Amino acid sequence: MREVAVIGCGMTRFGELWEKSFRDIFVEAALKAIDDAGVDHLDSLYVGTMTSGLFVGQEHVGALMADYLGVAPVPAVRVESACCSGGMALRLGFFDIASGNSDIVLIGGVEKMTDGADVTYALATAADQEYEVYQGVTFPGLYAMIARAHMHQYGTTRKQLAHVAVKNHHNGSLNPHAQFQNEITVEQVIGATMVAHPLTVLDSSPVSDGAACVVLASSDVAKKLKKPLIKIVSSSAATDALALHQREDITTLKAVKHAAESAYKMAGLKPTDIQLAEVHDCFTIAEICIVEELGFVKKGKGGEFTEKGETALEGSIPVNTSGGLKAKGHPVGATGVAQAVEIVEQLRGNAGKRQVKNATIGLTQNMGGSGASSVVHIFKKES
Amino acid sequence: MIGIVGYGSYLPRYRIKVEDIAHQWGKDPETIKRGLLLKEKTVPGIDEDTITISVEAARNALKRAGIDPREIGAVYVGSESHPYAVKPSGTVVAEALGIVPDVHIADYEFACKAGTEAMFVSYSLVKADLMKYAMGIGSDTSQGAPGDALEFSASAGGSAFIFGKENVVAEVLETYSYATDTPDFWRREGAFYPLHGGRFTGQPAYFKHIIGAGQAILEKSGFKPSEFAYAIFHMPNGKFPLTVGKKLGFKKEQLEPGWIVPLMGNTYSGSSPTGFSATLDVSKPGELILLVSFGSGAGSDAFIFKVTERINEVRDRAEKVKDMLENNRIYLDYGQYAKFRGKIIMAE
Amino acid sequence: MPSPRYWRETPQRYRLEAAKCKQCGKISFPPRLVCLGCGNKDFDTVKLSDKGKIVTFTTICVAPTQFTEEAPYSIAIVELSDGVRFTTQVVDCTPEDLEIGKPVKIVFRKIQEEDKTGIICYGYKAVLT
Repeated sequence: MREVAVIGCGMTRFGELWEKSFRDIFVEAALKAIDDAGVDHLDSLYVGTMTSGLFVGQEHVGALMADYLGVAPVPAVRVESACCSGGMALRLGFFDIASGNSDIVLIGGVEKMTDGADVTYALATAADQEYEVYQGVTFPGLYAMIARAHMHQYGTTRKQLAHVAVKNHHNGSLNPHAQFQNEITVEQVIGATMVAHPLTVLDSSPVSDGAACVVLASSDVAKKLKKPLIKIVSSSAATDALALHQREDITTLKAVKHAAESAYKMAGLKPTDIQLAEVHDCFTIAEICIVEELGFVKKGKGGEFTEKGETALEGSIPVNTSGGLKAKGHPVGATGVAQAVEIVEQLRGNAGKRQVKNATIGLTQNMGGSGASSVVHIFKKES
Repeated sequence: MIGIVGYGSYLPRYRIKVEDIAHQWGKDPETIKRGLLLKEKTVPGIDEDTITISVEAARNALKRAGIDPREIGAVYVGSESHPYAVKPSGTVVAEALGIVPDVHIADYEFACKAGTEAMFVSYSLVKADLMKYAMGIGSDTSQGAPGDALEFSASAGGSAFIFGKENVVAEVLETYSYATDTPDFWRREGAFYPLHGGRFTGQPAYFKHIIGAGQAILEKSGFKPSEFAYAIFHMPNGKFPLTVGKKLGFKKEQLEPGWIVPLMGNTYSGSSPTGFSATLDVSKPGELILLVSFGSGAGSDAFIFKVTERINEVRDRAEKVKDMLENNRIYLDYGQYAKFRGKIIMAE
Repeated sequence: MPSPRYWRETPQRYRLEAAKCKQCGKISFPPRLVCLGCGNKDFDTVKLSDKGKIVTFTTICVAPTQFTEEAPYSIAIVELSDGVRFTTQVVDCTPEDLEIGKPVKIVFRKIQEEDKTGIICYGYKAVLT
């Protein structure tokens, strides 16, 4: 396999982008990434989007975006794996280059969620339609059941859950691309409008529009560019039962655990080698489970770990320096690519007020549904 | 011997008190409680309808019968609140019970006597030797217009009866039906609430038909009222069945176990069948029971049953009506009730 | 919900029919074509128990369109006495009544409607016992 590097990145601001269309936000992010990379052509295009068909009535997204970006006839394909569509698109682009098929690939993630669709229903299509959604389950409901089980099994507290949101809002306040750039308190999280007991609206990532793009190239191409060389040293994905009730243990995100283990193996790294991580905090409980599955802390101790500040900007392993899905926003298909954008900016030293000092190894973890699919990438800066 | 081999009922847990309905419409609850002899009524949950009530009642009947559902040759659901205008309730019920596809299914409608109709035809098919078992169900989620007198009584519940020849719990000794064309109460296709002729629903409708059927079956069978342990007459309110019982020569004690209307309300097609089910719950072998339904339009079906030894074996296999009526009640206020019953106009 | 998709699942939704692996005995609900326990492809049809207990639960306050009239409503993952788990609403109770481990019984209820003129979809729900 050939070595793969990220040579360009760009994203729109995340939020309610009333003036901009689905295709426009993608093109905006893509142009930024291409400009940042300084390339004059692409060999192929991968676009992650979860459910544009339901959100804006648009499928056939690969061709649409190639057309509007003005790169047709470059081959383009839309990639879907629910909320980790973006991460999966990145993975496919990675292999396209690693295999020697392409030299320069654009990876995009995009979602337009505010155009009036029934968002709760659209997101719920990532769960088991016949045996979860049919009964009235929602995504907050599924994560609420994980939270309840985690609290019951490990003594995780309501307050510990809130700390995830408080931390991520703090990080978001330092990120100009974030949907929410305001600080919140534990009391505000707990006292906010209930969505699915025990999770409130402030435990939940928002409904967002946004797009993010990265340009990947083979190491040989990348070395010719005068930029810090950010290599993707691992790309790993895994799956689990689609329905939460079919999992062996409700609190274990096995797909995340498997993807992480093989990612560490592929890179020859250990969890302790990771200096920062962008993870899929669609709900506060998700971040607590994920830091456990990634091996940053023992199973069951994620809440305590977060409350102690270990995952804060100045903690032992800063998690979601961008503000995460919670504060930066969660335009579903864009999220996995936006995570990569944040890690690349951090490793390049461009993260401004939220910069993690001397960061050279970062990880992204993107997840679909209630954890039935997950993808993990590890990025390493070569000096 | 032909008769009932299994019986079962189901009543929703939700209730509304007469006081709450009276308060909503500025009426005096005490007058209504005295006049109609009603205290509260059952209300179907937001996810309950004639079909779900029928399934639960039928499951209880199957528990008591202890038979393989696939041996049931007919499933008949009598109701005036079938969820579909076109598409049978009975197919859902039979599918849920695992009776399909070797089964005859039909829905019945004859205002409040659709349940006993289903029972009558079930009994007849077994008697004609066309099938081993047949099940008749009377079940309703009755509608009463807001502010109408009917709103104090229209309630939800149902009962199911499996007829057969082996292990009979209550033998059918006699049947009789009485019907004329009498427009005392009706609901036109597409109309949400039924309308009625006020006092015209009394003498020329309810009383004439129940007494007509009651007297005829007594005459036909040769039994005297005093020979019956119990009698059940359709219960549109608390008062009518007591009056009709007296006129036919029955004492209040004979009516007592089946006179469940003060707590249940009028479950329309499920009314007299559930009164009968409650009576079976307390009956002893050898006892005679008279059941007379009434359906507006109008008609009455009458049955005479003789309870067998088998009752002692099956009685405790399913929940009894009295326990459903008195335990685990969840009270609604009028606003919640209006929402549950679809009486609030929602955005399209 | 389109009628064929609803109709196809009726044995599961109405009667709790599951597939029991002829080789390892693992019960799949809904039935699968490949056993998750051993990879075998031969099954017997079995009917699940109607009794179980709550594994975890939530009360949904923000509901999808078809369920807004019912909100807030409770949802649980229930483990039946034969070991099978599924997701179901727990009805006829308040959120405060629910606890992990509490016993439930499975009942037959209306689940959703296409709309006021469409088909009515039925299935299983749980009630506390």
